[in-house]
Amino acid sequence: MMKPHRRKRLGAILFVAFGLSVAATLTLFALSQNINMFYSPTQVANGEVESGTLFRIGGMVKDGSVERRQDSLAVSFVTTDFVHDVPIEYEGILPDLFREGQGVVAEGSLDALGVFQASRVLAKHDENYMSPEVRAAIEQAGGSPENHQFRESPED
Amino acid sequence: MIPELGQFSLILAFCLSILLGVMPLAGAATGNRLWMRMGRPLSAGLFVFLGICLAILAHAFVTDDFSVRIVAAQSNSLLPMQYKVTALWGGHEGSFLLWTFMLAGWILAVGVFSKSMPREFVARVLGVLGLLCASYILFMLATSNPFDRMVPVPPTDGADLNTALQDIGFILHPPTLYMGYVGFSVVFAFAIAALLSGRLDAAWARWSRPWANVAWAILTIGIALGSWWAYYELGWGGWWAWDPVENPPLITWLCGAALIHSLAVTEKRRVFKSWTVLLAILAFAGSLLGTFITRSGLLTSVHAFASDPSRGVFILAILGVFVGGALLLYAIRAPLIKSEFGFGPLSREIFLLANNVILVVAAASVFLGTLFPMFYQALTGDLISIGPPYFNIIFVPLMILLVILLGIGPISRWKKTSGAYLRRQLGKVAAASVLLGVALPLIVLLDISIPATIAVALAVWIVLGICRDLVAKTANKPSRWQGLRSLTYGYYGMQGAHFGVAVMLIGVALTSYFSSERSVLLQAGDSVELGGYEFQFAGSERIAGPNYDADRATVLVTRDDEAVADLYPELRVYLANGAPSTEMAIDPSLLRDLFVTPGEIRDNGAWTMTVYVKPFVRWIWLGAIFMALGATLAAADRRYRKLARARGHAHDPAGGEMKLGEAWSAQPTRSKAS
Repeated sequence: MMKPHRRKRLGAILFVAFGLSVAATLTLFALSQNINMFYSPTQVANGEVESGTLFRIGGMVKDGSVERRQDSLAVSFVTTDFVHDVPIEYEGILPDLFREGQGVVAEGSLDALGVFQASRVLAKHDENYMSPEVRAAIEQAGGSPENHQFRESPED
Repeated sequence: MIPELGQFSLILAFCLSILLGVMPLAGAATGNRLWMRMGRPLSAGLFVFLGICLAILAHAFVTDDFSVRIVAAQSNSLLPMQYKVTALWGGHEGSFLLWTFMLAGWILAVGVFSKSMPREFVARVLGVLGLLCASYILFMLATSNPFDRMVPVPPTDGADLNTALQDIGFILHPPTLYMGYVGFSVVFAFAIAALLSGRLDAAWARWSRPWANVAWAILTIGIALGSWWAYYELGWGGWWAWDPVENPPLITWLCGAALIHSLAVTEKRRVFKSWTVLLAILAFAGSLLGTFITRSGLLTSVHAFASDPSRGVFILAILGVFVGGALLLYAIRAPLIKSEFGFGPLSREIFLLANNVILVVAAASVFLGTLFPMFYQALTGDLISIGPPYFNIIFVPLMILLVILLGIGPISRWKKTSGAYLRRQLGKVAAASVLLGVALPLIVLLDISIPATIAVALAVWIVLGICRDLVAKTANKPSRWQGLRSLTYGYYGMQGAHFGVAVMLIGVALTSYFSSERSVLLQAGDSVELGGYEFQFAGSERIAGPNYDADRATVLVTRDDEAVADLYPELRVYLANGAPSTEMAIDPSLLRDLFVTPGEIRDNGAWTMTVYVKPFVRWIWLGAIFMALGATLAAADRRYRKLARARGHAHDPAGGEMKLGEAWSAQPTRSKAS
């Protein structure tokens, strides 16, 4: 037989352990529901992502690929890791530092035609800073981010 | 030559910090009074020499000395003067020097305001802080020297400060945030000193409380400033993004809030002692974690500095040594700590315990969500990000629970409260909250929604709870006025901060659920309607700023044909390097913000813009101001000063401590739980 105060203590410990495991389970569930995978253009081109899945794609904005519609906010461009390209369509206002030849991360999903429909476009915040995802994507594809990292030199 | 003097001064500061880290601690261990007494002059010296470093670096920025590497990287001769000075903290090295200087400032403050504490205790606190400061300076000297020169040929002009940083927010946010962050080092040092001495008594908690309050208040303002700045500068109309670098201050803030409450219990009831120490260590760990995340470049974030792996490893080592050492010490000492008083299942202690559990669980879930992508990548090699919905799912229910308890806690009594008493006190308050929660949004916003009802009901619950408590606390006094005057600063501080929670709650909930936005393409003369307001794009002009050219649009806002505001958003191009920057235009008011973000100008002269109507967004920061003022007011409570004076006369530290402990245990019944 356990002494009463021991039993009380055991009860308290079990209660806390139970509470913690419930909290941990719920947290991990919430976490698993909100994971956005990140894919490089090469991975997308290789068909690693199904259409309709929400994910992030990152790479460089291909030179000369940005096209804007004159009568709306729709814009299309191509993102590349210098090996494969993925076309992206977006309707909305692009960030300040969105430029051709610069890094970009877009969030959205592939449509049936293999075009990435972006719900959000993020450009890097700092001129000299390349997001690790974009860097990794380009390196994985065999490119060298250093050659593309900096903007064109200032004209003065 | 002058930057080399800065370097020299930094090395001297390092030597002083090593002495500060060794002598007082050794003195406290051996009882050598002379060594212990060295703490104060050494801390003053450390402050002076780090101040000289900062001044010399500022001088290099002001005089455009582009031979210094960080000046060349972060400044430009065209930069307006206020940004030249503050460009100092626009990069990793300078901001870390500022961070270290803040620590030196706190150390100096501890030296100055600790006259009432026992010699050994002060010596240990200063010693621990000295060691911490030494590790920071060593980090600078080894991996991130701010005085590095560009050799052999310095550039003729600098690369300019990031355009997003050329703003008043950048002048205010980093120093305030750092000051708050670093303040938790002081509370940490108090905890370590108490562990070292083996005297984790009410006195320790009493000495720590004002410091924890002030650090937390400054951190609150620092975070709020960051949120306000992001809101108007980044231009997406958001005030919190669950960004990996926003989260560590929040983790520290949540642990700090838990710590403030836990310290109160430890001081007044002498329970939760080991838990309080653990919280002090956790809050400090949160602040170092923030440094690590920002400076290691491990996570993608708007804040990340250009990365260098060796820095990350070094900071991780600092984190490991200090937090690991503290936890080890804690593991050795904690079994010796005994709680002295018991408490019932329904008591203020229990409510404060629940407060702590909720805040710490919230902090832990933010921690998990922030670092999960890193762990995931280490384990699977896949890159992922965790979306804001995760944080919202966890955070919202926790905060609702917290606020419900917040209404009950201050009215409940220490040790034992009867359920009938709580029902009598709060029954009508609860009914009124539900009623007003339904009615108020209907009257003000002409809209009904469950989230708004819950938020308003909870806010009313807090506010009426405060009123009810004030009535109860003054009921037995000859007059209300006398009753109100007899209540302490500590009490008003607490209620002020709780009122801030109500205000912030309203802001967060109503902004989140009733904001509207529209992205449009407008020709001059076109207009767009949003939330009852008409935004008309009247035209644009070219203007020249001090170091940029800009296109400025004029947007006229009307409501029912009456002019409300004229807004002038700008698209700037900075001269130094051609960097673009968008400047939002905002018409702020207490009940709603009107907000225009320019996008781009098309070849035919049309502008893309996003217009926003954001109700009650100001209340978020207003609430933070109330919280910070409340915490500061509580730290200014007379009893800390009174005790300080009393302590000053006691010769024998141990005896004095005990007397005060006894005197103190009689007080809580008078001040809070009457």
